[in-house]
Amino acid sequence: MSTETKPDIDIDRSVGDFRYEMDYAFDAGVGLTEATIDYISDVKGDPDWVRAFRKEGYRKFLEKPMPTHWATKDLESIVFENIRYYLSQGQIPKRTWDEVPDDIKRTFERLGIPEQERKFLSGVEAQFDSEAAYSNIKAAVGEQGVIFVGSSEGLKEHPEIFKKWFGKVIPSGDNKFSALNSAVFSGGSFIYVPPGVKVKHPLQAYFRINAQNFGQFERTLIIVDEGAELTYMEGCTAPKFETATLHSAVVELVAMKGAKIQYITVQNWSSNVFNLVTKRGIAHEDAEVKWIDCNIGSRLTMKYPGVVMKGKGARGEVVSIALAGDGQHQDTGAKMIHAADNTTSNIISKSISLGTGRSTYRGMVHVPKHLKGCKNNTECDALLINTNSRTDTYPAISVRGQGNAVQHEASVSQISSEQIFYMQQRGLSEAAAMSLAVNGFVNDLVQQFPMEYSVELKRLIDLEMEGSVG
Amino acid sequence: MSAHSSSSLSIRDLHASIGDKPILKGLTLDIPKGEVHAIMGKNGAGKSTLAKIMAGHPDYTVTSGDVLLDGESILGLEPDVRARLGLFLAFQYPMEIPGVTIANFIRAALQARLPEGEELEATDYYAKLYAKMDALSVPRNFTSRSVNEGFSGGEKKRCEILQMAMLEPSYAVLDETDSGLDIDALKIVSAGVNALRGPNIGMLVITHYQRLLDYIVPDKVHVMSEGRIIHSGDKDLALKLEAQGYDWVEKEFGESGTKAA
Repeated sequence: MSTETKPDIDIDRSVGDFRYEMDYAFDAGVGLTEATIDYISDVKGDPDWVRAFRKEGYRKFLEKPMPTHWATKDLESIVFENIRYYLSQGQIPKRTWDEVPDDIKRTFERLGIPEQERKFLSGVEAQFDSEAAYSNIKAAVGEQGVIFVGSSEGLKEHPEIFKKWFGKVIPSGDNKFSALNSAVFSGGSFIYVPPGVKVKHPLQAYFRINAQNFGQFERTLIIVDEGAELTYMEGCTAPKFETATLHSAVVELVAMKGAKIQYITVQNWSSNVFNLVTKRGIAHEDAEVKWIDCNIGSRLTMKYPGVVMKGKGARGEVVSIALAGDGQHQDTGAKMIHAADNTTSNIISKSISLGTGRSTYRGMVHVPKHLKGCKNNTECDALLINTNSRTDTYPAISVRGQGNAVQHEASVSQISSEQIFYMQQRGLSEAAAMSLAVNGFVNDLVQQFPMEYSVELKRLIDLEMEGSVG
Repeated sequence: MSAHSSSSLSIRDLHASIGDKPILKGLTLDIPKGEVHAIMGKNGAGKSTLAKIMAGHPDYTVTSGDVLLDGESILGLEPDVRARLGLFLAFQYPMEIPGVTIANFIRAALQARLPEGEELEATDYYAKLYAKMDALSVPRNFTSRSVNEGFSGGEKKRCEILQMAMLEPSYAVLDETDSGLDIDALKIVSAGVNALRGPNIGMLVITHYQRLLDYIVPDKVHVMSEGRIIHSGDKDLALKLEAQGYDWVEKEFGESGTKAA
């Protein structure tokens, strides 16, 4: 393909928008039936309990209606019969980049993954369509007893831990898309951090969709044992296709007593991707689960990371940035379930809508009557760039009982033409002025991202803004 | 017409309007490099509008006449292009830019003046910034505050002068820089402006009160009324206006001065 001869030009516009032709050794074909699920189970050599779990998920998927009574009708544009549910070249992830087949390796090299791994990561998993092509953890981290493998490997090699938590944080029937994921899941990470181990550098997963009409359904399960700490980062891209692509992941986090998990997502999906993801963590006593979520791109994203604060003194936090470009809809938010005394949750959400872009904030905060000393703080701020941009806020806060405190602030703002004129008078072009104002709007949240990601984020925002003025 | 028009900011018979309403009605003014001129006039005379029109504010339409920067017309250029050519406007009401620190803002403005691919040297930049801040008695913690956000009137104006000092324009228009300042702030801001005076810059100070001109002593004073300059003189004109008001000058020199609101 010609993309290979002039990579620099392509990369400059949009890092993820390129694609190489592939031959897949394993292909479940188009559409979803019970036979598709058996094919996936056979190829992956699933234990019987997993096959049964998939079938149950499939049944629930068929039963559950599309959530269009509250969510966008655009969901009806997904044609499940036209999607390919499993595509891979092989099921065993490689431990070194040298072993990764060239046609897959060049994709990740172009995305800069091996370089990032060398520079600042403890381990990397790189998923290409349905399966991880590469999965490796630095020796020093592995020696501390940290497990970092793909979900298929996790369920086979570590069933005692895996089975205990898998599907427990997010039951397969939680919603239609978690049910679909349960039926056809493949890839994703399984991580276990033993008690007291504080993993210094982040572990990272990179999810890449390469095929057209494809559905990616990774499944991630992370268990951080008592007093241990982990930062996990995920990045996602896909090339632009004419037809819709589906990404429907399930991510379950378990923070045991006093543990800390920070889960960072920077996704930059192309504008044909339906991104329907269920993410939830359980925080036990004095544990902390923090989601840092940045959603750029996609046609429609629906994602509401949640924390169930199950033990006393547990903390939950969601910090999210959403950028809805022309024709895109970012329907994001957070769920905070307080289930013990003295639990604290914090939600900070900032969204930017450009052109006909639409951002929706949905927040759910639940504090039952019998609890004491619970606190929630919710702030959601929306920035509208153009007059036809749109934002909606749907906070659902139910706080009962005495001695629980909740605070909610919301704002909608616009960058005024006077602000732009002021910045232009200092010599900045209109586009540069817009970019600066937008970056300023999210600046306090971007500071919370690791340096490498905040630079990337700024670059992505600049790219989006470039096309939005003039 | 000035003989120095090739190194001056020159406004030639300028007519401009907002919507259907004429605001400037044949204004002519020449500010040679190295000089400080003041424009005085009643509220509603069009003084601030003149500043915005020179800077290229999109709300106003120039119907005839010209604005020349060192002999080249800048009408039709985007506001940012005019700025990069060396025109600076110190705003009467500087805008807030939440989340953008002063240090990053000025840095972006300087970066915008460099050729494509050239990066501003960070250590040089901060050395210069701190030196200018010290000269203007701006506290160091200013750099990490968002532009104009939560600033007092005096802080906003000092921030404008700091930007001017950093961007080193060849022509600066100071729009009601004295408004909202107490006497101490006025002295600090004036000292900052005076420090920037010199052969390489022409300044136009727009003010309603003579008070500012006690501190920034102009080479020439112009009286504006109904969208035109109706009278010019030296710094003593400002004192006379202070003592006697604007009516006499409008009666004597203005076409329709008696009708002015």
